[in-house]
Amino acid sequence: MLAMKKNRLAQAVVAFLPSFFAILAGFLLGFVILLAVNPSQAIQGIGIILKGGLNKGMSGMGQVLYFATPIIMTGLAVGFAFKTGLFNIGASGQFTMGAFAAIYVGVVMKFLPPAIHWFVAILASMVAGAIWGFLPGLLKATRNVNEVITSIMMNYIGMSAVNMMVRATVYNKLKNESLPVASAANIPKWGLQEIFPYPSMSGGILIAVLCVIIVYIVLEKTTFGYELKACGFNRDAGLYAGIQAKRNMIYSMMISGALAGIGGGLLYLSGSGKYMKVIDVIATEGFDGISVALLGLSHPIGVLFAGVFIAYIKVGGFNLQLLNYDQEVINIITAAIIYFSAFALLFKTKIQSIVTRNAVQKNEASNTMQDESTMESEERPMKEGDSQ
Amino acid sequence: MDYIIEMMNITKTFPGIIANDNITLQLRKGEIHALLGENGAGKSTLMSVLFGLYQPDHGKILISGKEVRIRNPNDANRYGIGMVHQHFKLVHNFTVLENIVLGVESTRRGFLEMKDARDKVMELSGRYHLKIDPDALISDITVGMQQRVEILKMLYRQNEILIFDEPTAVLTPQEIHELMKIMRELVEEGKSILFITHKLNEIKEVANRCTILRKGMKIATVSVQDTSKEEMSRLMVGRTVNFNIEKPETTVGQEVLRVENLVVKGIHPGKNDVDDVTFSVREGEIVCIAGIDGNGQSPLIYALTGLLPVDSGRIVIMEQEATKMPTKKRYQLGMAHIPEDRHKHGLVLDYRLDENLILQNYDHEPFSAKGFLQFESIHQYADKLIHQYDIRSALGGETPARSMSGGNQQKAILAREIDRNPELLIAVQPTRGLDVGAIEYIHQQLVTQRNEGKAVLLVSLELDEVMDISDRILVIYEGRLVANLNPAELSIEELGLYMSGSKVGVGYEKK
Repeated sequence: MLAMKKNRLAQAVVAFLPSFFAILAGFLLGFVILLAVNPSQAIQGIGIILKGGLNKGMSGMGQVLYFATPIIMTGLAVGFAFKTGLFNIGASGQFTMGAFAAIYVGVVMKFLPPAIHWFVAILASMVAGAIWGFLPGLLKATRNVNEVITSIMMNYIGMSAVNMMVRATVYNKLKNESLPVASAANIPKWGLQEIFPYPSMSGGILIAVLCVIIVYIVLEKTTFGYELKACGFNRDAGLYAGIQAKRNMIYSMMISGALAGIGGGLLYLSGSGKYMKVIDVIATEGFDGISVALLGLSHPIGVLFAGVFIAYIKVGGFNLQLLNYDQEVINIITAAIIYFSAFALLFKTKIQSIVTRNAVQKNEASNTMQDESTMESEERPMKEGDSQ
Repeated sequence: MDYIIEMMNITKTFPGIIANDNITLQLRKGEIHALLGENGAGKSTLMSVLFGLYQPDHGKILISGKEVRIRNPNDANRYGIGMVHQHFKLVHNFTVLENIVLGVESTRRGFLEMKDARDKVMELSGRYHLKIDPDALISDITVGMQQRVEILKMLYRQNEILIFDEPTAVLTPQEIHELMKIMRELVEEGKSILFITHKLNEIKEVANRCTILRKGMKIATVSVQDTSKEEMSRLMVGRTVNFNIEKPETTVGQEVLRVENLVVKGIHPGKNDVDDVTFSVREGEIVCIAGIDGNGQSPLIYALTGLLPVDSGRIVIMEQEATKMPTKKRYQLGMAHIPEDRHKHGLVLDYRLDENLILQNYDHEPFSAKGFLQFESIHQYADKLIHQYDIRSALGGETPARSMSGGNQQKAILAREIDRNPELLIAVQPTRGLDVGAIEYIHQQLVTQRNEGKAVLLVSLELDEVMDISDRILVIYEGRLVANLNPAELSIEELGLYMSGSKVGVGYEKK
C-alpha cells in the first residue's frame, strides 16, 4: 500500500516536471531579455521578478492573491473543459458576462438582505457564465459546430453586449464605466485582510479555492466526472459505453462557463474600486486562463498553483518598473513560460516513458511483465525511428 | 550456399528488456523465408534493424557476403531492400502510376516526366503478371490490387530483397492464392523474399525455410517441408497449441436477437451500407458473419449496438423492440459487445485498467453510491477479473490501459464483457492482431459462452476462425447477406466464392 502511495507521488512529480522546466526556461529567456534591455540592472531585475509578491511582504502576497483569483477561475474553466475534451476559448466572454451579472445585481438589487447580497451576485455571475457556455456547447452537441470558433465569437458578442447593457443599466457617464456596487455586494473579507494587509484583499480567493476543490471532487470522485472524462479522452468509447456524450458536452460547457463567470464576479465584487470600463477590449483574464490551464496541466490543483504563480510574477513585474524596465518585459517572460510549457508537453511523454521504464525494470523481478515489456519496446522505438 | 542477407548475432536491447537476443537470420538468394513469431517476439525489431531504423548493439549485417552498415531506410533501399507494409503506404487520391513513382520521379527541366516511368511500370507489370490499371485512383481499386501496387513499387525501385509484413491479413482466399503465385514467380525471377506471418498454412504453402522467434530469441530455423504445422506452432508458442476446439453438441434455444429487413443508408444515395438484412441468433449457438473487410460488417454492428441510427427495419433483443433503444438500455437487456477496434471503442486508453473494467457499469452498485465512485469495490472487482482472466499488467488495476500489450487489452475487454454475464455476446474480430496463444484462449471463452446457452454473434475476417468455431455462417457481401451456411458442409474455397460475391445462397438472390 505504501509502495502504491509512493508510486502515485512519483507520478504526480513526473506530471508536473514539464511545467517546472517550462518555468525555468521562461526565466532564463526573461533574464536574457533583461540583459539585452539594460545589462547593468539585469541581475537585480531577475531578483525582483523571482521575489515577486514577496517584495512587499504579506501585503504583496495579498496583491498576488487578488490577481490570482480571477485567473484561477478562468484557468479552472478552461482546464475543466479541456479534461472533458472541449477547448473553451470563450472564457473571456463568459467572464465578462459573469462580471456584468454580478455588478448588475450589486448595483440594482439593493433591496436584497445585506447578508446574502454578495452571494446572490455571485450566483448571478455563475448563471450568466453558464448561459454563455451553454450556447457553444449546444451548437457543438447538436450541429457539430466547432466550439473553438463559436466560443471565440461569443467573446465578441459578450463584450459588445456587456458594453451595451452597462450603458443601458448601471452606467457612470462621467467615467464611462459601471457604477459602484452596494457595499453589501462586496465579498466578505473573512479576516483575510489581517493576514494579508492589502487594501483590495477579499474573500474571493477562498471561493476560488472552494471551486478548485469542488471541481477536483467532481472530476476525480464522481460518476458524473467519470462520464465527462471518458467522453473527453475518447468520445467513441464513451458512446460505446452508452454514455450520453452530447448531453455531457453541453453540461461540460455550462460548468466551464459558470466557473469563468464566477471569476468575473469575484474580481468585480472584491471591493477594490475596480469598475467595468466600457471599452472594446476583450477581457484578458479569459486568455490568461488558457495559460494557467496549460501550465497547470488542466488539473484543478495544478491550476490553483499555476494561477498563483502567474499572479506572483505579474506582481514582480509591477515592481520591476522601479528599475528602468518596462512592465511589458514581465508579459514577455510570462508568455515565454507559457510557450515553453506547450513545448514541455512534448517532453512529457519522454519523461514519463523513462520513469515507466524504470518501474518496468523493477517489476521485471516479479516476471509477469515479460510479454508486456517486449510489446512496448517493439512499438515505441519504431515511432522514434520513424521521426528521424 | 549463397546468402543474400545475413544478420549475424543481432542483439538489440531497450532499457529494461532485450528485444533481440543474439538472433541470426540468413536469407538465401532466391528463397522464400518465413519469419514466424508471436506478437512481441522481436520480429518488428529485427526488421527495423534490417531497415536501418535501429542500430544493433551487437552483431553485423552482411549483404551478399559483404558487411554493411544500414543507418537509415534510404541505405536499406540502396542495398535493394524493399518492404510491403501490413497497412499499405499509398496516397489514396493519387493514381496507381503516381504512387509507384512517388519519391523516385524522373524529371526533365524540373517537370515531371511520366512517359518512361509508365513504360517501365507496364513492362514490370507484364513480366510479373501483376495486373494493374496505371491510371486508376488508389481509392477506387481493390485491396488486392493495392497490394500489387505496393509490390510494383518495390520492383520499380529494383529491390532484390522483398519483405512482406503480414500480407494476407486483408485478402480473400482467392487473392491470397494469387499472392502466393506472385511470390513464387518473384522468386523464380531471382528475388529473395522475407515473409512475416503467423499463419502456418501460408508458410506451409509457399515458404522454403522458416525462422521462429520467441521472446526475443531465435528458437530455430527449419525447413518448411520437413516440419509439421503442429511442430512449428509448438516452437513458436513454447507449448502445444490446441487447434481443434472442443465443441460439444448443444441444443439451440430461444431467439435472443432478431433482425428484420435492416437498412442503414450510406453516404452515397442509392447504395445502402446495410441492405435489407434479416437474421436471428438463438441461445447456444455461435453465428458468424463472414465477409471481406468493408462489406457492411461495421455499420451492421453499429446499428445492432445502437451506435448508428437505423433507417428502416427492426432489431429485437430478448423479445424487446430495440430498434431505437439507446446503447445503455441494450446493455441492460443483456447485450455485450467486444468491439472491432479496441482503441477506438473498447478502451479509454488514458484511463487505468480498473476504470476501464467498469466502463458500462460505473454507475451501478457497488461501483457507485449516491453519484460517487466507490474505489474500494472498483479495485476489488479489477483484482478479481485480473486474476480470473489472467490479464497481465505492470501495476495491476492501476496500470494505464495505454501501456498494456494488445493481447492483454483484448483480454481486459473480453473479461469485462463476459463477466457482465450477457445473454447476447457480439464479438467483432475478437482475435485481430493477437498471437496464437491468445487466440486459442479467446476462442475457448466464446465457445464456453455458447455451451452455457448464451447467444454469440461473431464477426470475423479470419477464415480459419469462421470455419472452426461457428455453428452457422452468414456471408455478407456489399451490405447484403448472401448465404446462410453450415460450416460442416462447406469448404473454405466455396466460402471464398460467397465472400467475393461470385455465388449467392438459395433464398438470398437479389430481388
